[in-house]
Amino acid sequence: MADLQATLLGGEEMEVSFGPQHPATHGVLRLQLKVDGERIVNAKPIIGYLHRGTEKLFERETYPQCIPHTDRMDYTAAATNNQGFVGAVEKLMGITIPPRAAYIRMILAELQRLSSHIIWLATHALDIGAVTPFFYTFQEREKILDLFEEYCGARLTLNTMRIGGVPWDLPEGWTERCRRFVEELPKKIEDWERLLTNNRIWKARTVGVGVIDAEKAIAWGLTGPPLRGSGVQWDIRKVFPYDHYDEVEFDIPIGKNGDTYDRYLVRMEEMRQSVRIIRQCLDKLPDGPVMAWVPKVIRPPKGEVYFSVEGPKGELGYYIVSDGGVTPYRVRVRPPCFVNLQALPEMVKGHLVADVVAVIGTLDIVLGEIDR
Amino acid sequence: MSELLWTYVGIPLLKILVILLALVLLAAYLSWFERKLLAYMQIRLGPNRVGPRGWLQPIADALKLFVKEDLTPGFGEKFVFLLGPVLIIVPALLVFSVIPFGPSPNLFITDVNIGVLFVLAVSSIGVYGIILGGWASNNKFSLMGGLRSAAQLISYEVPMGFSVVTVLVMAESLSLVRIVEAQREAGVWFIFPGFVAFFIYFVCGIAETNRNPFDLPEAESELVAGYHTEYSGMKFAFYFLAEYANMVVVSSMATVMFLGGWLRPFPNVAALNFLDVVPPLGWFLLKVAFFLFVYIWFRGTFPRYRFDQLMGLGWKVLLPVSLVNLLVVAYFVALPRGQV
Repeated sequence: MADLQATLLGGEEMEVSFGPQHPATHGVLRLQLKVDGERIVNAKPIIGYLHRGTEKLFERETYPQCIPHTDRMDYTAAATNNQGFVGAVEKLMGITIPPRAAYIRMILAELQRLSSHIIWLATHALDIGAVTPFFYTFQEREKILDLFEEYCGARLTLNTMRIGGVPWDLPEGWTERCRRFVEELPKKIEDWERLLTNNRIWKARTVGVGVIDAEKAIAWGLTGPPLRGSGVQWDIRKVFPYDHYDEVEFDIPIGKNGDTYDRYLVRMEEMRQSVRIIRQCLDKLPDGPVMAWVPKVIRPPKGEVYFSVEGPKGELGYYIVSDGGVTPYRVRVRPPCFVNLQALPEMVKGHLVADVVAVIGTLDIVLGEIDR
Repeated sequence: MSELLWTYVGIPLLKILVILLALVLLAAYLSWFERKLLAYMQIRLGPNRVGPRGWLQPIADALKLFVKEDLTPGFGEKFVFLLGPVLIIVPALLVFSVIPFGPSPNLFITDVNIGVLFVLAVSSIGVYGIILGGWASNNKFSLMGGLRSAAQLISYEVPMGFSVVTVLVMAESLSLVRIVEAQREAGVWFIFPGFVAFFIYFVCGIAETNRNPFDLPEAESELVAGYHTEYSGMKFAFYFLAEYANMVVVSSMATVMFLGGWLRPFPNVAALNFLDVVPPLGWFLLKVAFFLFVYIWFRGTFPRYRFDQLMGLGWKVLLPVSLVNLLVVAYFVALPRGQV
């Protein structure tokens, strides 16, 4: 139909530079859109506006000094970034962390997943024109940040894990406050869903938009909710359990059609599963030290390692090459957003301009991580 | 002679001045009302710094816009760029010349016997302001916003027209005062026999004023600010003011045509006479305020439609429904008179 229109009516394609300063590109993503009227002919993501050379910086810093840099990659999920990096170094050095430290890490990581998904929901809904969920969700995120602040003093760039464990034990009363929060959250999630899930307009805007089937999703290397939305049951926490994820029960929600709506449902369910994990962690939280014995100067043996965690946005992997010195020889980050973003042109082709913002939202990208 | 001058020039001018001032102030305070109401819906406080409870916020906003630098984009079409805000604000204010706020002649500027037609004709000029403004900005986002608005207006004008015709069939007049009088004589607001028409009218009204969930021409997340991306200072203020004035127009027209204008509920039921403590103007404003509240309520609740879905809704749903509705209403109006 579109082809027929083009041949009958003719028409000119217009190039629109969508970003880097644009309210809906979640930072400094630039899309070079080729549009025919409002229909997308081609979309080309142009990245690099937030490049800070993090991977190169790693090569000049000692291993513990690298940790704060990981905070600044996916700044909506600092704890999982920390978790990936320290996990990789521990794997390289063969350190086993005390169980209490592992459980604290899991609690922090799941809280971080909640806060990251909350940002995703808020901005995704805002992009599609629903303003109110933004405020409802951010109120809850505030409580998560308060919990973080109480634990480590920071709210956004947590820097809360060390090679060999976590730097501090939980403050007094923290577990009760955390429990109260996770008990209340499912009700709030229901509230948010009431605003969106069965809303006709929300469905009209998300069902069948940005479809990617399982085969293609795997071919593009998608991970995280975009992959699970297409019906592939793949979660690093289940397939390569780290910390003590093999000791807690949780389900991996999957979608069916691989469209924006399914990815929305997957993430909403993931929030509930995170609540479930935190609850179990709080129940099982063992006593003991929070730090394993590690040498004063971290000097991993010569060799290389790949270690990945399930970040809120997908598989976050660290590949570290060590030459036996105090600084890594090379660190390569496998960022979920960078890989997920590659599928965007495929997902928006033939859709309308309005769908581009929906697809950017559903991929849940963070430019700090894409550009590093 | 001087008496004639007073009746035909002095009093109308005075009325125009009062209504104009009241309207501009109302539009400005509508923005305060919206921000405050939206804030309460979103667990916030809203403006509360300028004056008590933020009462002076609209004044501060207006002053700020007034002293802002007035930029014209370098490659824009300067004259048309200037024409845009003029074309949108003038019709928005002009419409109020025929809207009856109350029964006495002091409460409306004039009652023309083609009132409804006048309103429809004048208010559709406003779209030129949007298209031309969007085009003259020489900005791709503005252009897309302007085009969206044009398409939206054209497709929603048609079902809106048909729903208005339904009212005309019931009232048998185009005069807005007559339409209200007809509702008094019928003893029932037209919303009851013409609910479908009312619904279509209001939906189209929201679409015509580019408000959520039909706020595509200025969809922030897609088109930055849509057709007024490049506008600043007073020119932007005119677009802003016109949007709110148009909301008042649509609400006023809905009140006049479907909610009995200045009439109290059930105007012919004597048992409800105590309701007359509220003056007619009060009833009118209350009803308008209700519609404005609904506008803001929608904004706090709904996501935004997509462009093609919006067009689909207009042409595939609202238009056929409004046509069928018109036929049904016309049949029932003609039936008792044996004209069928």
